[in-house]
Amino acid sequence: MSQLTNFTKGFVKENPVFVLLLGMCPTLGTTTSAVNGLGMGLATTFVLVMANVVISLVKNVIPAKVRIPSYIVIIASFVTMVDLSMAGFLPALHAQLGLFIPLIVVNCIVLGRAEAFASKNTVGSSLIDGLGMGLGFSFALTLLGAVRELLGSGKVFGLSIYPDTYGMLVFILAPGAFIALGYLTAIMNRLAKK
Amino acid sequence: MEYIIIIISAVFVNNIVLAQFLGICPFLGVSSKVETAIGMSGAVTFVMTIAAIVTYLIMHYVLIPLEIGYMQTVAYILVIASLVQMVEIILKKVSPALYQALGVFLPLITTNCAILGVAILLVQKEFNLLESVVFAIANAVGFALALIVFAGIRESLDLVDLPKGMKGAPIALVVAGILALAFMGFAGIV
Repeated sequence: MSQLTNFTKGFVKENPVFVLLLGMCPTLGTTTSAVNGLGMGLATTFVLVMANVVISLVKNVIPAKVRIPSYIVIIASFVTMVDLSMAGFLPALHAQLGLFIPLIVVNCIVLGRAEAFASKNTVGSSLIDGLGMGLGFSFALTLLGAVRELLGSGKVFGLSIYPDTYGMLVFILAPGAFIALGYLTAIMNRLAKK
Repeated sequence: MEYIIIIISAVFVNNIVLAQFLGICPFLGVSSKVETAIGMSGAVTFVMTIAAIVTYLIMHYVLIPLEIGYMQTVAYILVIASLVQMVEIILKKVSPALYQALGVFLPLITTNCAILGVAILLVQKEFNLLESVVFAIANAVGFALALIVFAGIRESLDLVDLPKGMKGAPIALVVAGILALAFMGFAGIV
């Protein structure tokens, strides 16, 4: 597999959200607007890349029996770093994402890539895999955030497209998250099959 | 009275799955049959309650006295992972019947974000030990309610003639959305 396909597989073919249905909690919980989706996506990307790099570096040192707990500790350390730096530098975004930042620890994508890819591959390709998967995840979250923001309040990234009195509030609330993701998944499945 | 408010709020108004988006993976993953949904709910209730007690004690008797509150995420996930493992071993010895019923679901619970989510929420809400236990059980009941109702709907959904693209995950998500819409009717009762 060339490095390019390794990088691009996360966007459509193996998109963690639309195809693999991993990491559903932050996907649904943080995408009330495109900016929140992007912020969450990038925070996860950072953790994913760093965890992939560190795990592929230490994969030969860790005994197979205790590998999962070791991976979780490595991931949790990076999550704590993101949590604290976000609280310091981007307090507004941190308040919006709230609980979902510490919950990156239990995001199946991060542990999934650690176990399925980083524990078997070189540092370089693990880095690219993490970056591709992370950006694919960010892409999915931003798209869902943009759709919900557009339908719910008539804006995309805060830019007004149509007056927000015509917005359907339900798309900003919880039910809209499920419904919008359901239809986006159907469209993505259709595109991926072609 | 405040306990009743905690319970009603956690089960109906701020349902952990349909309003807070925690534990979506098992919600979508093990909801194709009512029977497995009940098994999973049992396992979650069990672990969530114990995890709430243990993480409460860890927070107040280890992390705060040592002034390392920032280690919360790392400490909690380790505690929950080992707790799940321990519960599994103990159940196997003490109650083989219960182990048979819950067995396959236990390992899945480590990565159920509802458990870690509730543990972190307890700290944010500054509950005492008894309130924490009530909150954990109520959230587990909320999870069970959403999961079992959803599994019931999905069982009937198997018989429906759907457009090809909507089969599987997409229709499940749309149904979950409608269910969430129904739960919004509880908003404002506490």
